Amino acid sequence: MTALSASHSGASILSRRNGFAGALSDSFWRHPKLLLLLMLTPPLLWLGIIYVGSLIALLMQSFFAIDDFSGVISYEPTLATYAQLLNGANLDIILRTVLMAALVTIASALLAFPIAYYAARYAKGRWKAFFYLGVMLPLWSSYLVKVYAWKLILAKEGIVTWLFAKLNLTFVLDAILSLPVIGGNSLSVSYLGTFLVFVYIWLPYMILPTQAALERVPGNLIEASADLGATPAQTFRTMLLPLALPGIVAGSIFTFSLTLGDYIIPQIIGSSRLFIGQAVYAQQGTAGNVPLAAAFSVVPIVIMGLYLTAAKRLGAFDAL
Amino acid sequence: MTSAVRFQKVSRHFGSVRAVDGVDLDVASGEFFAMLGPSGSGKTTCLRLIAGFEQPTAGAIEIFGERADGVPPYRRNVNTVFQDYALFPHLNILDNVAYGLMVKGVGTAERHREADRALELVKLPGYGTRKPAQLSGGQRQRVALARALVNKPKVLLLDEPLGALDLKLREQMQEELKSLQRALGITFVFVTHDQGEALSMADRVAVFNNGGIVQQGTPQEIYRLPKTAFVADFVGSSNLLSPDLMALLGGDRRWASLRPEAVRLAGDGTEATVENVSFLGAATRLAVEMHGTKLHVMLPAGADVPGVGTRVRLAWNRQDIHYMDDAA
Repeated sequence: MTALSASHSGASILSRRNGFAGALSDSFWRHPKLLLLLMLTPPLLWLGIIYVGSLIALLMQSFFAIDDFSGVISYEPTLATYAQLLNGANLDIILRTVLMAALVTIASALLAFPIAYYAARYAKGRWKAFFYLGVMLPLWSSYLVKVYAWKLILAKEGIVTWLFAKLNLTFVLDAILSLPVIGGNSLSVSYLGTFLVFVYIWLPYMILPTQAALERVPGNLIEASADLGATPAQTFRTMLLPLALPGIVAGSIFTFSLTLGDYIIPQIIGSSRLFIGQAVYAQQGTAGNVPLAAAFSVVPIVIMGLYLTAAKRLGAFDAL
Repeated sequence: MTSAVRFQKVSRHFGSVRAVDGVDLDVASGEFFAMLGPSGSGKTTCLRLIAGFEQPTAGAIEIFGERADGVPPYRRNVNTVFQDYALFPHLNILDNVAYGLMVKGVGTAERHREADRALELVKLPGYGTRKPAQLSGGQRQRVALARALVNKPKVLLLDEPLGALDLKLREQMQEELKSLQRALGITFVFVTHDQGEALSMADRVAVFNNGGIVQQGTPQEIYRLPKTAFVADFVGSSNLLSPDLMALLGGDRRWASLRPEAVRLAGDGTEATVENVSFLGAATRLAVEMHGTKLHVMLPAGADVPGVGTRVRLAWNRQDIHYMDDAA
């Protein structure tokens, strides 16, 4: 006790740090809002001007229209471009893309849940590391390389055709490919192929948030549910699913919006019919119709807004 | 009397860890039964074996005469109040309480009526629309109790239900639980590491150590006649007297226990030195040193309290010396 007090007797009680750094940290401590302002200004400027600002500039383009004869943009506010957006061919593109995005999201959720559940509840130590590696590893390699690899895998001369042939199941593959709309000459030129590759590419974005949500469900809630008489199926429906839903919705925001905007996968793998991303690319590039391209890019934003509103109404975020 | 829960040579091993090892247990119907022991003694695993969260490695478990091993928790008419309550965060209080009835297919109106009644029983009427996060610890504890009781279980399991509450609330809940159990006539099996709680609430107590039951009996038996030094030490904060000390005092050369309140200050007795004095309100506790052994002496309120360092003489009645089996 005496040794303790003796060692400190030299120092004053309210010791001050000298110099500029000391004064600075003291004044930040007294004015915490000043520090917050200093920290937030650069990222807010970045976000506000470069990100949101340019997005608004783009969206404003959609309220202009292109002059059919001269091909020059007339800067008069008009809804003509939106009328053009809703004509037959363009509406087809929108519906095709939304349907694909919805199916990709549903398939991703169905595939992701068991994996995420295993990782959250059972995987420990080394297996957990293996899980993260397995989910993240595909994200580290180039997106284009993966898509081209899939083109080869799904091609008529590719490994899938070969595998079906080896198993004497060629007739199954032929039956699948002869299905109307989703079939085609080979998987690599069919909607089915586009769908498979979309699911492959976006699956990690569904697994990770679902796993994070399931991780936050305490194990004793599942025990409590069983204790109160709920069968495993009832526990899943009334407990696990509602509590995992914010994670699944977060994942679906990724899979849905990424599919809505992607223009590379459907261009490399699939029938030559356009998706929204490709339409934007074509309109602002070769066609030179920037207003229509802008109108097309409004579509995913509006759809995501509607989707999130609906999800909120249905109580998807109640467990947050 | 029918047994509510019966264990016959029940073991639960986790790899090489023998969490529960050869436990025989018999809980009578309508009884308030406490399982008391330090952490890791196997009491919670026993509770989980009754609930069905664990399956025995060996032995047989019967609940009201029916074999329970292999029966999943959701098919047992047994409910648990969890240590940290385990309320469903996404449901409001009413739906939490009605959960058991909901999964059994009871209609909305009826199960909400039952849940309201259960909330009244635990003195939380009108809290139905709140979420668990909006309640205090004590209130959540009551909701957990209502959620279990609404299913009218044959056996109610309570896993350290009062552990997270502050002292005053804990004492109040002890009394309420006891009167609730009397009123409902449900068998309560209660796990605790707090010997005061076990002694004050239970009809019978089983003291656990190292995966087994060391002693079973009424609180009075456990307190007055501990079988082993472990029980004496854990249950009563009793004084342990070594065989050598007993020989020196003129008794048998065996381990013995002597309760602090049985020791008194006397003019003629064994000499001891006061080392510490703690005022406890209703009594004063002296820590004394006698022939190299530290003892506690509980003086009733109003008695003269000697100062630290003074020499005193201690005396006790011969029948208060209780010999035990071993020093384990």
